[in-house]
Amino acid sequence: MKSIAELEQIRKKTLDEISLRTNKNVLRVVVGMATCGIAAGARPVMNAFLEELKKRNISDVSVTMTGCIGVCRLEPVVEVINPDGEKVTYVKMTAEKAVRVVAEHIVNGRVCSDLTIGAEEG
Amino acid sequence: MQLYRAHVLVCGGTGCTSSNSEKIIKELDVQLAANKLDSEVKVVKTGCFGLCAEGPIVVVYPEGAMYTMVKVEDIKEIVGEHLLKGRIVKRLLAGDKEHTDITKSLEGVGFFQRQMRVALRNCGVINPEIIDEYIAYDGYKALAKVLTEMSPEQVIDTVKKSGLRGRGGAGFPTGLKWEFASKSKDDQKYVCCNADEGDPGAFMDRSVLEGDPHSLIEAMAIAGYAIGSNQGFIYVRAEYPIAVKRLQIAIDQAKEYGLLGNNIFDTGFSFDLEIRLGAGAFVCGEETALMTSIEGKRGEPRPRPPFPAVKGLWNKPTILNNVETYANIPVIFLKGPEWFASLGTEKSKGTKVFAVGGKINNTGLVEIPMGTTLREIVYDIGGGIPNGKKFKAAQTGGPSGGCIPASLIDTPIDYDSLIQIGSMMGSGGLIVMDEDTCMVDIAKFFLEFTVEESCGKCPPCRIGTKRMLEILERITDGKGQDDDIGKLEVLAKNIKASALCGLGQTAPNPVLSTLKYFKDEYMSHVRDRKCPAGVCKSMMQYVINAERCKSCGICAKVCPANCISGEKKVPYVINQEKCLKCGACMEKCPFKAIFKNV
Repeated sequence: MKSIAELEQIRKKTLDEISLRTNKNVLRVVVGMATCGIAAGARPVMNAFLEELKKRNISDVSVTMTGCIGVCRLEPVVEVINPDGEKVTYVKMTAEKAVRVVAEHIVNGRVCSDLTIGAEEG
Repeated sequence: MQLYRAHVLVCGGTGCTSSNSEKIIKELDVQLAANKLDSEVKVVKTGCFGLCAEGPIVVVYPEGAMYTMVKVEDIKEIVGEHLLKGRIVKRLLAGDKEHTDITKSLEGVGFFQRQMRVALRNCGVINPEIIDEYIAYDGYKALAKVLTEMSPEQVIDTVKKSGLRGRGGAGFPTGLKWEFASKSKDDQKYVCCNADEGDPGAFMDRSVLEGDPHSLIEAMAIAGYAIGSNQGFIYVRAEYPIAVKRLQIAIDQAKEYGLLGNNIFDTGFSFDLEIRLGAGAFVCGEETALMTSIEGKRGEPRPRPPFPAVKGLWNKPTILNNVETYANIPVIFLKGPEWFASLGTEKSKGTKVFAVGGKINNTGLVEIPMGTTLREIVYDIGGGIPNGKKFKAAQTGGPSGGCIPASLIDTPIDYDSLIQIGSMMGSGGLIVMDEDTCMVDIAKFFLEFTVEESCGKCPPCRIGTKRMLEILERITDGKGQDDDIGKLEVLAKNIKASALCGLGQTAPNPVLSTLKYFKDEYMSHVRDRKCPAGVCKSMMQYVINAERCKSCGICAKVCPANCISGEKKVPYVINQEKCLKCGACMEKCPFKAIFKNV
């Protein structure tokens, strides 16, 4: 290592990798992964989120799992919760829809209204 | 970059390793692979979290859920429930097990809330075997700043301004030490680190070495720049195998990155580090003995002056600081000396790490701002005394320190207040004692240690401490003589005044401070032949209460000396001449008919 710039580079890169541990308020993607969710295909959905976030080099989003939210018929259910606690619930998710949610909601801040529980039930 | 959705941090400190954290890591790998989660979940081995009593500790992020006393068998559940299904395993969460919160995170545990982690900032946070993780938390940034923006004088000024004092025990101002060495003119100077943590019960240096070895390396390089040295030595005791291994890994990584070696950051500054292993002599923690040992000679102290800053290692100007002192250095440069000086009390700045042990619920490492009271450490952070017993005293400073009695529990902990009440900061061992502790016995314990560890070079320490121990043994054997207490006081004062090194000069402290605060306890040993705490075996008896005894015979069965006899319907009796006073009978008696008679 010959420069401070190099040090800074390593710092930024590693910080991204471990940002999960800093436990700060980040946007959270919560995938319902109870039996119902897994049976309905929640795992490919979660993997799609991880893949897409990785592709776009987004590290300040945490992808976590939760149990059954209670609307098993609408699984896979994914909730996107922003740092101030506002929650959007997406239902009947697929891997393709997950990619869309990353692009539109997480990157550009536009909720994919047509995929939400309101659209499905309303 | 591999993106993981969860990080599982497992403590790899010595405490948790000895309670099987290595196996937990292996089992995690197995279970994660079995559930095909190994590409989503990362397992990280970290340094000590500090809550050693509750180990092994596993923390799962992003939730920050802290699992304690995890067993290998629990891993299947943690993986199957938490990591696969997202349901936190509540029964394993830290603190009160019936806690109802969905997540009890690290920050929410009372043990951590009152702490302030400066020296231990990265312990339990980063993987100590990966230099990149240290760099992510601003590692080596202080070194970069120092080398490119500051002159050696400015570096020394900054350390002086911060008010940092040596954390090894004596509390000498670190900046001043560096200044002396920088002013000594010589073609070769050395930077040494004292990692020969020998006080019984102290393990804060081990935690830094194991959990954050790079902070030590960075700080020593900064010190090298400040005094004009290109070579450092870390003297670490061989009894710390994990620490030695991680330190060596860290040094190798730093060399690979060019953060040690020639021409660091292209500034022309060169610095190299080597590890030297101590062979287990307590006296080698004394600075002059330590340097003699590095030189390859028998570890014996020599008189000062000349001080190491003038003539140290191989008679060259040398600075020697303790691990924890160094661990504070990078933060001082990152956050500024003013920030550091704003912590703590007027004359003791910053924080101090204590290894809290003995009769306390939360055994472990705590880092608190200087000036925190003993009461806060014992009750708010330490969780109080087990089994509802009363706090009797705390011992600080190991064999060089003294006892703080319950009446002084509100004393703020800093260098000067501790000296004032007859104890000392020491390296930071803090042993809590409850009402069942005999203070004469404690003094005897520490004296036994110093007698054992005295290097024998100077007579006051070699012979004097031995004589003191003999008197203490006499007193605890119930054979104390009337003038024994007076003799102890005279011996103690003379040893303090005439011993060659710090070890001998402070050896009488445990006796002096217990005499100061618990003289009546000594008196009842000598005059009444009684040990009020019921510890000294010669002065107590186990007796069977004839009314309560149901003649079941269990006591006779468990007695290893076969000294209990009796028959059906007749109360049993203990033959006091043969009794070993092991207490096995009292423990086993189903009718609580056996008592200690003091």
